[in-house]
Amino acid sequence: MAETESTKVLDEIKTKFGDAVSPDEREGYDGYLVRAENLLDFATFVRDALGYDYLSSVTGVDYIVEDKMEVVYHAYRTSGGPALLFKVQTQREKSVVPSLVSIYPGADFQEREAWDLLGIEFEGHPDLRRILLWDGFHGHPLRKDWREAYFEEDQKPFGNRWPEGKVYRIEDKVPFNKNVKYPANFTPEGWVPEGEGTLYASLGRMEKSNGNGTGSEHIVVNLGPQHPSTHGVFRMVAELDGETIVDLKPVMGYLHRNHEKIGERNTYIMNMPFTDRLDYICSMGNNFAYALSVEKLMDVQPPERAEYLRVIMAELTRVVNHFWAIGFLLNDLGAFFTPALYAINERELILDVFEAVSGSRMMCNYFRFGGLARDLPPGTAEVIRDLAFERLPEKIDELERYLTENEIVRVRGEGVGVLTAEQAIGFAAAGPVLRASGVPYDVRKAEPYSIYDRFDFDVAVRYNGDVYDRYLIRVDEIRQSIRILQQAIQDLPEGEIQTGRPQYQVRVPAGESYGRVENPKGELGFYVISDGSPTPYRYHIRAPSFINVTGMAEMSRGQKIADVVAILGSIDIVLGETDR
Amino acid sequence: MPLGVSIIFSGSGAWQQTGGRPLFAEVGMAEDVNQETPIPEEENGSEFEIPEELRGQVTITTLDKLYNWGRRNSVWPMMFGLACCAIEMICVAASRYDFSRFGMEVMRPSPRQSDLMIVSGTVTKKMIPQIVRLYNQMPEPKYVLAMGACASGGGPFKEGYNVVSGVDKFVPVDVYVPGCPPTPQALLHGLITLQEKIDKQSIQSVRWYSKQASEPIPIPILGPDLIDPRDLPDFAERQAAVEEKAAAEAKT
Ligand code: SF4
Repeated sequence: MAETESTKVLDEIKTKFGDAVSPDEREGYDGYLVRAENLLDFATFVRDALGYDYLSSVTGVDYIVEDKMEVVYHAYRTSGGPALLFKVQTQREKSVVPSLVSIYPGADFQEREAWDLLGIEFEGHPDLRRILLWDGFHGHPLRKDWREAYFEEDQKPFGNRWPEGKVYRIEDKVPFNKNVKYPANFTPEGWVPEGEGTLYASLGRMEKSNGNGTGSEHIVVNLGPQHPSTHGVFRMVAELDGETIVDLKPVMGYLHRNHEKIGERNTYIMNMPFTDRLDYICSMGNNFAYALSVEKLMDVQPPERAEYLRVIMAELTRVVNHFWAIGFLLNDLGAFFTPALYAINERELILDVFEAVSGSRMMCNYFRFGGLARDLPPGTAEVIRDLAFERLPEKIDELERYLTENEIVRVRGEGVGVLTAEQAIGFAAAGPVLRASGVPYDVRKAEPYSIYDRFDFDVAVRYNGDVYDRYLIRVDEIRQSIRILQQAIQDLPEGEIQTGRPQYQVRVPAGESYGRVENPKGELGFYVISDGSPTPYRYHIRAPSFINVTGMAEMSRGQKIADVVAILGSIDIVLGETDR
Repeated sequence: MPLGVSIIFSGSGAWQQTGGRPLFAEVGMAEDVNQETPIPEEENGSEFEIPEELRGQVTITTLDKLYNWGRRNSVWPMMFGLACCAIEMICVAASRYDFSRFGMEVMRPSPRQSDLMIVSGTVTKKMIPQIVRLYNQMPEPKYVLAMGACASGGGPFKEGYNVVSGVDKFVPVDVYVPGCPPTPQALLHGLITLQEKIDKQSIQSVRWYSKQASEPIPIPILGPDLIDPRDLPDFAERQAAVEEKAAAEAKT
């Protein structure tokens, strides 16, 4: 079935584009190579004629040996099914590719990221500025020939750190004894800082608003990066007319920890604990996606028991995350900390389970390629059973009793920060944000991974796309997760938890793979390219928290400044993942 | 001071309070260890004799102890989270670990009202100007607690091009809490360690009462890479040395 479908697609593409589009025939690769000049036509065709309306991931790859830059696009149908991959290549020097923002608005931030980190210019992008680093930063760090100040070797594990019997610190080997590196001939005297002029210039027109006779001027307000309601170090620059938002620019990168650059130096297994620190509320879910993508390349399957435990951990994570998100949304609505205390209470109980299985409350590092690190310790299954059947169902009822009909929650949530279904798909919003806008798209159903096809659960969906619905959808999803948990813990089989022997250094055949899961915040995908060496050649994360804020400006326009806080809370971002 | 209280200063800093409840009994009981200006035992006894009828209401202590007792039990942290560690910090504030037991529950969103900056997470180059600015905005007495591996020394992300190898490269740190993330118990331990540190301070030597006002820390600049203004005086020489070395390496 899938075969005939893809040959049909191939035929259609052939007849329409001829030579301009060809299947990617490199070993282990998939999808189509598109010529840059045909990219816009091709993307329009893919979206309108083939129905791939959801551009999930855009990223670049630096093929330094072939002297090429490649941009990789993953498009999906919101009705479900596998991806359509297409790629476009350009030269490394002065790389230019047409921008797809006009066709898929969700490409906006991802193209900016590719420009920032890889130096690929997107022609026709409305606002191509650096996004994670600051304006004026020297170089594009993910290029293979760009070296960080603390560069030691291209691949880990590094050599001896105590060569002559004496340990050294990397600080001793770098200028200024600091993690800095300036371009040659740089002198601070002759240098003019770029400042944030382009950021402020990118806001809408600052003209006087007339019409109401007051002749007042627009003002610009910075929220963050240190602001109690931004859930970390997130910054928003809002242009206001009185108290109404005229335009808003999210500014991020204050927690940019160079995950991808470090990930391309690390061996495959070394990246597992780093994934914990992406969306640090949901470390189990991050492990899951990364394990899936590497397992696809290695072609291994975890044993039954491990699959069940994976699902149990992933669903517990979803419960944790949604409790947390609801608690802190209420924080943002002004109910300071009391609802959050209720939420954190339940989270602590689940964290005890995580600690029991993995040894750590937050950074679980529990998944391995082809299995799990450890089996359940004695008594833990009973704890999970108790949570799934007794405690959590009761507590979610309690939470709903306090909040759902609460006057303030309703007034501040209903009709605020609306995103329509078309907009949500266009912006490639994922997870609760997408489903609260009436799009029943859930990777667990749309392209089932692991053993999700065995469980009986519903995709929660709400239709208004406002803050209130994004609250409700999280409550619904907790209930569905509890259903899955109940089934999984009932059916949990005995047996092994690892296929083959656990290995420190895995062998990963060359090729590319994209593993994605429905993480609590939305579709989390890992795009991994292996060249057969012990470290990934390219390691990219499609982070839902990052892409979900693409629609932030659209949701906020016309709202009051106080609502922006609620809107951001309802999107539920985690900065570790937004900035990576 | 409540009405009806009189204080007698002595040269060595001992003082006596009369009237009201024995408000400072707890201070008197605090351990005498590590005190910078210890008060000889006989001084309390001989110089200020407490009449029999006032014994239950009056206690004698040192100004340092009283002052430190007040500060150590109301360390207000700044509501300021950077990364993963911030989540554990929130858990410490929540009901299970609850640092309000130590007088710390009043988290202030404004640096102007806070005593303690818990640097809870990875310090990036893009963020460090703001962190230094926040530190400068905090009024004295102020403390910094580096929570977790990242804030203490760069942590797992140390090699990253946008990561500062520990917040102590820019602001002085009082307590380091290891861990990634430190468990809530570890953070509590760090906060108690800070209290012990406060206990040891003396009003005679603390920097905020010294004659020279403390200078604000120069704000780092975002250039082609992070520029520390304190490096600027001999910047050219050092940069030249780097380039020379790079050229030599390129040759070999
Ligand atoms: S020390 Fe670990 S947990 Fe804390 S911020 Fe750094 S990476 Fe996150």
